[in-house]
Amino acid sequence: MNVAATKRMIGKYGIYFVFVIMVIAMSFASPVFLSARNLLNVVRQVSVIGLISLGVTLVIISKGIDLSSGSVLAVAAVVAASLGQSGDWHAKMFPELPQLPVIFPLLAALTIGLICGAINGTLIAKTGIPAFIATLGMMVSARGLALLYTDGRPVSSLTESYRYIGQGYILGIPVPVIIYLFMVFVTWVLLNHTKFGKSIYAIGGNIHAAEVSGVNVKRNLIKIYAYAGLLAGLAGMVLSARVNTGQPGMGVAYELDAIAATTIGGTSHSGGIGTIGGAFVGALILGVLNNGLNLLGVSAYWQQIIKGSIIVGAVVIDMRKNAKKN
Amino acid sequence: MAQQYILEMRDITKVFPGVKALDNVKLCVKPGTVHSLMGENGAGKSTLMKILIGIHPPTDGTIIYKGRKVTIENTNRALNMGISMIHQELSPILHRSIMENIWLGREPIRGPLGLINHRKMYDMTKLLLKDLELDLDPREKMGNLTVAKMQMIEIAKAVSYNSDIVIMDEPTSALTSREVEHLFKIIEELKNQGKAIIYISHKMDEIFRISDEITVLRDGQYIGSYPAEELDQNKLISLMVGRELNEMFPKVKCEVGEVRLEVKNLTVEGVFREVSFTVRRGEILGLAGLVGAGRTEVIETLFGIRNKTSGEVYIDGKKVDINSPKDAIKNKIALLTEDRRHTGIFPMLTVKDNTVIANINKYIKKNRLLNHRLIREDCEEYKRAMRVKTPSIEQKIQNLSGGNQQKVLIARWMLTDPDILILDEPTRGIDVGAKSEIHCLISKLARQGKSIIMVSSELPEILGMSDRVMVMYEGRMTGIVERGDCDQEIIMKYATGSMSCKGGNFNECGCN
Repeated sequence: MNVAATKRMIGKYGIYFVFVIMVIAMSFASPVFLSARNLLNVVRQVSVIGLISLGVTLVIISKGIDLSSGSVLAVAAVVAASLGQSGDWHAKMFPELPQLPVIFPLLAALTIGLICGAINGTLIAKTGIPAFIATLGMMVSARGLALLYTDGRPVSSLTESYRYIGQGYILGIPVPVIIYLFMVFVTWVLLNHTKFGKSIYAIGGNIHAAEVSGVNVKRNLIKIYAYAGLLAGLAGMVLSARVNTGQPGMGVAYELDAIAATTIGGTSHSGGIGTIGGAFVGALILGVLNNGLNLLGVSAYWQQIIKGSIIVGAVVIDMRKNAKKN
Repeated sequence: MAQQYILEMRDITKVFPGVKALDNVKLCVKPGTVHSLMGENGAGKSTLMKILIGIHPPTDGTIIYKGRKVTIENTNRALNMGISMIHQELSPILHRSIMENIWLGREPIRGPLGLINHRKMYDMTKLLLKDLELDLDPREKMGNLTVAKMQMIEIAKAVSYNSDIVIMDEPTSALTSREVEHLFKIIEELKNQGKAIIYISHKMDEIFRISDEITVLRDGQYIGSYPAEELDQNKLISLMVGRELNEMFPKVKCEVGEVRLEVKNLTVEGVFREVSFTVRRGEILGLAGLVGAGRTEVIETLFGIRNKTSGEVYIDGKKVDINSPKDAIKNKIALLTEDRRHTGIFPMLTVKDNTVIANINKYIKKNRLLNHRLIREDCEEYKRAMRVKTPSIEQKIQNLSGGNQQKVLIARWMLTDPDILILDEPTRGIDVGAKSEIHCLISKLARQGKSIIMVSSELPEILGMSDRVMVMYEGRMTGIVERGDCDQEIIMKYATGSMSCKGGNFNECGCN
């Protein structure tokens, strides 16, 4: 292979190379790392952030931002949990409520996510306020709503079928991992093989061009944020099931981790560029980093510093890559 | 039936907050014709077209399309009705492919899930490009194309709607003359299919070459519609500006002094090579060539935006080393960039701020604060000298017309008191009235002893203004022609590479 072609390959798939190198390095550094158990553990750990980052990727490709994911996750989690408590638990939030099948809390979580996202999208599309502001407002309000709903208390002791979503296994694979992989696939199809997906790229790449080409920009914006909200709701369901409780303080700053994963995955904040594959690998890189540094016994404080540097480094490399083209 | 109109826009009025952009305007278009819409910038052409394509709703008036009264709420509606538009501003989505750009918003779909049929999209694009004789891969990213090719894709896109009316707003501004011919062929083809074309351009020769009818607007008012053969250039211009225009190219003969700038064998690897020329005091050197010939790149290198691979630059006989715009400014070079919107104006700032921003150091008082009084005085002075039409220097520059914005930019550079002034397409997208004023200004500057390099794609401008013309073709300089020996034909011969000078000896130029 000639040098130019190699360079282009590295440019295009750079983040995947980084991931592979990280995995190789970690497996030499720690014998435990490469075990199937540990690897599944890594994916399970990133599944919540990963789910959020899928929606955030669509948002950022459209040149927007979503700061509300963590709070929306919390609202969805506490509402879902309140509908999914075991019948025999003494401190039920709704003592009268019979034990419901898991589909009810699940639908509740999804609906709440969808509504919060749609509100974000509608505000942005109809009033024209910046996405940063609209979702900042939602971030603060939704957190308040979660506290209000639970009166600041955790909602615990969930039914077995509810917990299964966070703790169960199918064929030895954790259910959260299956849900995450499934949503990766769904979102990939959405972004690459539907009109909606093309419109997202168009809106982020050049909103005026999208408008004059007859793309309904407003409706698509609402759909983008609604989808991001839906995924945050789903993440809330998964997280509450995993820890067997819905807490109003859940998911604080998760939106930032999700944005980090998306960004490491090569999605450009100037809009129009980004892939689901990138978001997936970006989340895995964060996961491998956490896991690996833990295995190596690096202190949590250092981990944060390293994580922060990697986020900035990823964007610097990305900018250079894009600058060279021009 | 042949006289039946496909489109009648009657009594169209459009009021924006504080401005009446259109006042009872009329436009009637017959199928199978090219109908040109003429007027100075700000006359309301674009607004009228934006109403037709559904971007703005009209305040008042009726649109009759194919014999039926219609309302066009949005672009989608217009496109579905059979009206498409090539927009004046290039609007590609750079990171996506050609085919995704063309079929955006109407991608072919298959299956019950509504998934996109990429293969069909590819085939359709291939066919479309082949029809228009564009040899491009549908999967190529838009961002990798030249500006001219992007424009051709925009044209292909507008054609692909298979519309009955195609609006073309300045379609040739980024095209080379070969591609312009290509476009005219496409237009001819569309005409033969019975489609109507509404054509907007500032280039007079184009208008008279392809128009069947011409409608003139002035200051939002309807002036009249005329068969093209009833008008000539002078008549049309006087209809547009409402007065007889002063000379278009007020070239003043002035003393050409000693050599100020000398460029020797300037080369940027892979872009252009061995470019040598001199500019004297009080001289205007025109820089001609087709889009993509390397003209902008040469002056960008001269100004330190690009790094040269080899070659030397001398100012007043002294060798200078220019590696950044800062160095260039220090050596008293000023550059008026080609793209006013992106690299020129600060749209949100006032005329005043836009004027002084390159020379702000001059206004810092001893206490490190700005001397606002002096800033105001200077701005008022330049506003008068440049004849900038603005109610006040506190006006945001984005509210000024293109021509007046350009005058402010020239003022900005004049404040730095440059010896060498480089103008890249100084009158692009500027209407005729303001154009002649800017030409006046350039002449005046030359008379003051400035050395001027002017890049322009408009041959009449090059011929009318330059003392000498340097022509480039594909990164090489093919000739330097004196004013007296210059005509359109000779320049085109150099610019298309059919004639060039051998061995860098430009005294003995001849045909290859």
